[in-house]
Amino acid sequence: MYVAVKGGEAAISNAHQLLADRRRGDRSVPAMTIEQIVEQLGLAVDRIMSEGSLYDKELAALAFKQARGDMIEAIFLLRAYRTTLPRFGYSNPIDTGDMLIERRISATYKDLPGGQLLGPTFDYTHRLLDPQLKGDEVVDEPQSRDAETGHTPRVSEILDQEGLIEGDGELPDDHRTGDLTREPMEFPMTRDTRLQALSRGDEGFLLALAYSTQRGYARSHPFAGEIRIGEVEVEIDVPELGFAVSIGRIRVTECQMVNQFKGSAKPPPQFTRGYGLVFGQSERKAMSMSMVDRTLRATELGEDLTAPAQDEEFVISHSDNVQATGFVEHLKLPHYVDFQAELDLVRRMRSEFDARQDGAEEQGDNLEAAE
Amino acid sequence: MTAQATHSSAFQGGFANPVFDGQSVFRQVMNALARPGMKTAFDGLTEPPSPLIATVGSIAATLFDHDTKIWLDPVLSRNEAVAGWLTFHTSAPMTRQTLDADFAVLADGTAMPSLESFAQGTQEYPDRSTTLIIQIEALEGGRDLRLTGPGIKDFQTIAPQGLPEHFLEQWAGNRSRFPRGVDIILAAGEGIIGLPRTVKIEIGS
Amino acid sequence: MNTHAQLATYNFAYLDEQTKRMIRRAILKAIAIPGYQVPFASREMPMPYGWGTGGVQVTASVLGPDDTLKVIDQGADDTTNAVSIRAFFQKVANVAVTTSTAEATIIQTRHRIPEETLKEGQILVYQVPIPEPLRFLEPRETETRKMHALEEYGLMHVKLYEDIAKNGHIATTYAYPVKVEGRYVMDPSPTPKFDNPKMHRSEALQLFGAGREKRIYAVPPYTDVVSLDFEDHPFEIQKFDEPCALCGARNVYLDEVILNDKGGRMFVCSDTDHCEKRRAEGHVGHLAGEAPETAQ
Repeated sequence: MYVAVKGGEAAISNAHQLLADRRRGDRSVPAMTIEQIVEQLGLAVDRIMSEGSLYDKELAALAFKQARGDMIEAIFLLRAYRTTLPRFGYSNPIDTGDMLIERRISATYKDLPGGQLLGPTFDYTHRLLDPQLKGDEVVDEPQSRDAETGHTPRVSEILDQEGLIEGDGELPDDHRTGDLTREPMEFPMTRDTRLQALSRGDEGFLLALAYSTQRGYARSHPFAGEIRIGEVEVEIDVPELGFAVSIGRIRVTECQMVNQFKGSAKPPPQFTRGYGLVFGQSERKAMSMSMVDRTLRATELGEDLTAPAQDEEFVISHSDNVQATGFVEHLKLPHYVDFQAELDLVRRMRSEFDARQDGAEEQGDNLEAAE
Repeated sequence: MTAQATHSSAFQGGFANPVFDGQSVFRQVMNALARPGMKTAFDGLTEPPSPLIATVGSIAATLFDHDTKIWLDPVLSRNEAVAGWLTFHTSAPMTRQTLDADFAVLADGTAMPSLESFAQGTQEYPDRSTTLIIQIEALEGGRDLRLTGPGIKDFQTIAPQGLPEHFLEQWAGNRSRFPRGVDIILAAGEGIIGLPRTVKIEIGS
Repeated sequence: MNTHAQLATYNFAYLDEQTKRMIRRAILKAIAIPGYQVPFASREMPMPYGWGTGGVQVTASVLGPDDTLKVIDQGADDTTNAVSIRAFFQKVANVAVTTSTAEATIIQTRHRIPEETLKEGQILVYQVPIPEPLRFLEPRETETRKMHALEEYGLMHVKLYEDIAKNGHIATTYAYPVKVEGRYVMDPSPTPKFDNPKMHRSEALQLFGAGREKRIYAVPPYTDVVSLDFEDHPFEIQKFDEPCALCGARNVYLDEVILNDKGGRMFVCSDTDHCEKRRAEGHVGHLAGEAPETAQ
């Protein structure tokens, strides 16, 4: 059926054509390939996968290119695709103890089983711009040794031997792991759902909240118990086979914060934990997440509620950058019907105000005349 | 009945075109609940094993899935063919607890447990309640009942046959619990009537 | 990479069937409990949150091949977001579309209710940004949920009364709260309060979708929808001093169009279909023929 439309359609189509032009830029410069983005802008790809909550480097790179480098736009593109994908099943929990570790550091022990591995880090680089990177300089192959296979105990397990850190806790047998992309959110949240929300949450927002706790807004005395980055196996149970099969490997960053805790009415003095886990390599996000996770456990641990980072409803309701950007940016849409209503009201209130002022002045004049 | 026969009937009789059949059945169910008492007829888009009727089979195929727990009355739960068909075509888990049920399907309305024994929702979440789908003999030919409430312009008269005993007393109790309470879909071969928890039912026309 | 092939295929009306079932179940609950906000697991849509994702999900879940869809924003069929949403459904559902209110079986709207009285069998789908009418009085969901549970709406009355005390009248002009069937206080979405009376005992089914806030609610046909007010300050709708400059209609909602930088302005129907229909019928406003061209 034909619809007469007066401009909207043409304007939209022209705008999108211009966007495509700007995205491509100078045609004499070669177009970026997806492979280049995956290989050379890997941390951007990782953040898009993490906050887009879909592990697929090529799609994340495509989204990054399509979004002209706008991270939140790229995350949004990936999310909108993710939501259309059928669910075949839920994986078993990944075991980061069995991670093929590329980086692993602990700030709480000088040395520990499995050792400290610096890995590919910006830490200790001097932040001096490197003019050589303007070209395609030959880069030497890195030093490597054969991977140690097997279990590398986490710092939490080491502390647990002394009983000085809270345990993992047991979920009830009938607990189904939450999935906020499939079920409506409800406050207070269970910790699993909250961790999912944090893992998808905006890096900048979580960074700022974590920072606020360090500056005294709900101080939680954190130590970076351990940060590890590497590949883990993803397994799913196949009921027909009766055992789990591996469907692939993913790279993740895990951070366990260890927090001093004086004890409260319920739990005894001990170390408590905050947990962070994100796709790819993103230490900043994993650390922020683990600090915010710990701070959000204030109610559970009987701590005083004094700061924004302890407020679950506030933090979780505002951590999703796709939601936030949509609603902030929706102010661009026409609001002239409501504005007309407000205009009418303000005009009316203004004329009432002016009438009162005039009345008061007249009264004043009369008083003066009478004196 | 042999196991073979059970299986073949379980695999057959689903929607021929799940996307469009589901949409059209949903619109009928939605209209039925938005316009209580108004009879909506729909074609038998499914062929479930007896005693489940096609109308109810179609509603099940439209609304049930692995996120919804289903309670079947004894007549249906004892019937392997029916349970097998529902499981195959909807993947919905069955429950024996009326209080856990998202949907309850009753082939024998006369033996209906009290409405209060189903999930009522909470005052905060009144939506977490059971929807009952009750097979009755016919949508017409019974005693006249007069319906009023949201969705009804002035009043609506229905005369369903084969309602559970003490249904009106049960329904009055259900209504008094608003916003908690159950919603009911009465189903017969010729169509359905929706009774959302808001509707007031009195004897007479 | 076979991504392109995958990305090119979508289910009818975009949403997968499992998502539709989930939304359909929420719609049925919403109809059974008029004015109550049913939580649902809103999906990411290919348009941003805040741009109609709730309305789009509701429409996608009820829409069938026999429907005729109309999409309006600010009352107009030709505003960019209305054009965009209409094009979306044409693409993913190949559905018939119209600008005529009377011809549509489903109307998705942002900020207006059409002037033409809706009929039995029609469905009006509202895009809702903030579904909670108490949200600006109490930001916490945990608290507002309790208030609805206990039917504790005193805070809302206090707020409206404070307006009266301060200004002599209620200073809410849009998203004006209503009470549905004497029980739930409901946000009618940011429609001007001018449109509130149209909701009362409407023949059409009214469905509300809030995607970002993950809520669906409904008003069945012939349901009482009463704007909150006080005996000494009864609810009033906006009144315009002049008729539509193009079609001469009175008692309709008007947009103020600025004509030049010397303060020249005209008032025209916000409902473009209503205005065009009247002009086709021969009604003429005092400035007809001087309408500014829509910007390209």
